[in-house]
Amino acid sequence: ADVKGRPCEDFCVLQHSNRRHNISISFFRICVITLAEAHPLLRSGKTIKSINYQISANCSRLQNKVSGKSKRGAQFLTELAPLCRISSSDGEEYTIYSCIRGRLIEVNENILSNPALLQEKPSTEGYIAVVLPKFEESKSITQGLLTQKEYEEVLLKRRNASS
Amino acid sequence: MSSLTEKDRPVVQLLLNTGTCPRCILRFCCVGSQTLYRHPDKDLMKDLQDFLKKTQEKEDAVCLDVVDPPRKRIRLEHTEEGPEDLSHNGALSQIPSVTDGNAAVGSSAGKVCNVCLGILQEFCEADFVKKVCQKVNSADYQFTSFVFSVSLPPQLSVRERAAWLGVKQQMRNLGLSLAKDDIVQLKEAYKWIIHPQLAEELGVPADGKSLFEVSVVFAHPETDEECRFLATACPDCFKPAKNKQSVFTRMAVMKALEKIKEEDFLKHFPCPPSSPKNLCDALEIQCNNGAVFVAGRYNKYSRNLPQTPWIIDGERKLESSVEELISEHLMAEFKADSFNFSSSGREDVDVRTLGNGRPFAIELVNPRRIHFTAEEMKRLQQAINNSSDKIQVRDLQLVTRSAIGRMKEGEEEKTKTYSALIWTDRAIQREDITLLDDIKELKLDQKTPLRVLHRRPLAVRCRVIHTMSSEYIDEHHFRLHLKTQAGTYIKEFVHGDFGRTKPNIGSLLNRTADILELDVESVDVDWPPTLDN
Repeated sequence: ADVKGRPCEDFCVLQHSNRRHNISISFFRICVITLAEAHPLLRSGKTIKSINYQISANCSRLQNKVSGKSKRGAQFLTELAPLCRISSSDGEEYTIYSCIRGRLIEVNENILSNPALLQEKPSTEGYIAVVLPKFEESKSITQGLLTQKEYEEVLLKRRNASS
Repeated sequence: MSSLTEKDRPVVQLLLNTGTCPRCILRFCCVGSQTLYRHPDKDLMKDLQDFLKKTQEKEDAVCLDVVDPPRKRIRLEHTEEGPEDLSHNGALSQIPSVTDGNAAVGSSAGKVCNVCLGILQEFCEADFVKKVCQKVNSADYQFTSFVFSVSLPPQLSVRERAAWLGVKQQMRNLGLSLAKDDIVQLKEAYKWIIHPQLAEELGVPADGKSLFEVSVVFAHPETDEECRFLATACPDCFKPAKNKQSVFTRMAVMKALEKIKEEDFLKHFPCPPSSPKNLCDALEIQCNNGAVFVAGRYNKYSRNLPQTPWIIDGERKLESSVEELISEHLMAEFKADSFNFSSSGREDVDVRTLGNGRPFAIELVNPRRIHFTAEEMKRLQQAINNSSDKIQVRDLQLVTRSAIGRMKEGEEEKTKTYSALIWTDRAIQREDITLLDDIKELKLDQKTPLRVLHRRPLAVRCRVIHTMSSEYIDEHHFRLHLKTQAGTYIKEFVHGDFGRTKPNIGSLLNRTADILELDVESVDVDWPPTLDN
């Protein structure tokens, strides 16, 4: 698909643009939250036990309902808003955060029925959620993220630091 | 004049005394003879004065009881009036005059009418007609008939009401009755007078259904405040205006006049209405032609052309567009103010439209030129085709507004066929893709594609792929021809859109697939009619 990835920490935010025209600014504000390549869940050996979109007593991401072009009724997310919690079979629990401000459009229900999808195709069918930032904030969000290249440099630094 | 009978005398007397013009007087006397109104103002004035001056020769009680049937063309198609006509009127018992019987001579002459504010006076004259026609001719429109529409200031209705109440009161005092409904409407009388003059000067007939509209807006700022009292009397008729424009619209004023009680009206408004100092102003004389519609089918051969101009933040991101390439020539030829482009569906910037092309229609707004022969349309089509190799048009023709419905129905109901160049990650052999050929009526569930989700509501669409036919190219490429239901997102069917379109080519072939090229092979709508090009 036509996307440009801008990894953020251990999460990858894919912002839609149209690659055929090599236009570097993304016009279409839609963002897809996925796991970035260095996320622990993507390391081999990890099996996902469960994925839970119920992030608090009052809030389930599955209850999110949007209507109309402006996506009224959407749960509003800030950078640290949890999207879901994932438990692995080795007892670890990971919280997946939104990373960006915006309206929650949808969470991926396919990974509920098929958790392996998250690990097999993290950047496509295993996505976590779709978020639509505010028009005015769209550009600043892009700037706050790392490009693929920058991310790889970060990973390199991490590896060098730990070795 | 014969169309006035004795029962009209008090009305004529009163109105003449209070500053009402001859034609308005005729209106209040329910005179329905159109030609009479066309007589020169001076002649009508003289006739009325003669009518009043005439002394009754014999009592004619019958005359009093005869009620003039409304709008009846009373044997008065002649052009000259002589004293002999006046003697036909029967006598009437002496009616006490409101003022000096002969004071009427001076009252109305030369003043601006207190009811029509000059509309039935100066604005019926040849000078005004010339002014209108000059405007029309300089605007350089093509037309075969015209409709003349007039916008009158709302205070005219108020003054009309006041004058009528005055007349009614007078008649009551004399023990006579007067029916309001038979009074000739001001606009109607005005059109009786001005239509023939305009038609003569412009050389085409007046026709209520004409697409060519000449409109005049009249205003009378001097009396603009006269409607104000209605707002206090009937506040619910006047809603606060959304724009800065006046709350006192014609409709609102009419409504209030219907509601308000006679006594309340008379409390706030002088009866008879006062004589204004000035005439109305003719604010704007405008011409407008009804829209014409041009339809055709277009082919798109560029993979770099949007259908409509692509402008973000005031900056054009891609040069030109399908609609601009087609309408540029049409706008120039038809000399229109603007256009509205619509088509039976549309394709992405990077998708070609082949085959017979996609039906489209362009509404040309306020065109100066409207008559085009089939030959001229053909030449216009050729000109468009010569000007660009990115698009080509065919079957270019004039159509009616109602025909557009056929095109839009095509958008939702008719099938389309496509050709897609597909890439796969894992290798494919010929036998791996033959299964696609056997799949018929494949049902898809397509969530709103991510690439349009910012401007469309989130929904799931069920669409059908009717048939598919594959052409093997190499281990990672093949071409797929598909026939699909209208509204199917083809690209998403190929790459799966993050798994949000199911099933998809990837899931059917158990690989990751992506689309490299897409062409529309046909849009299966049989409109507009094919021409022998």
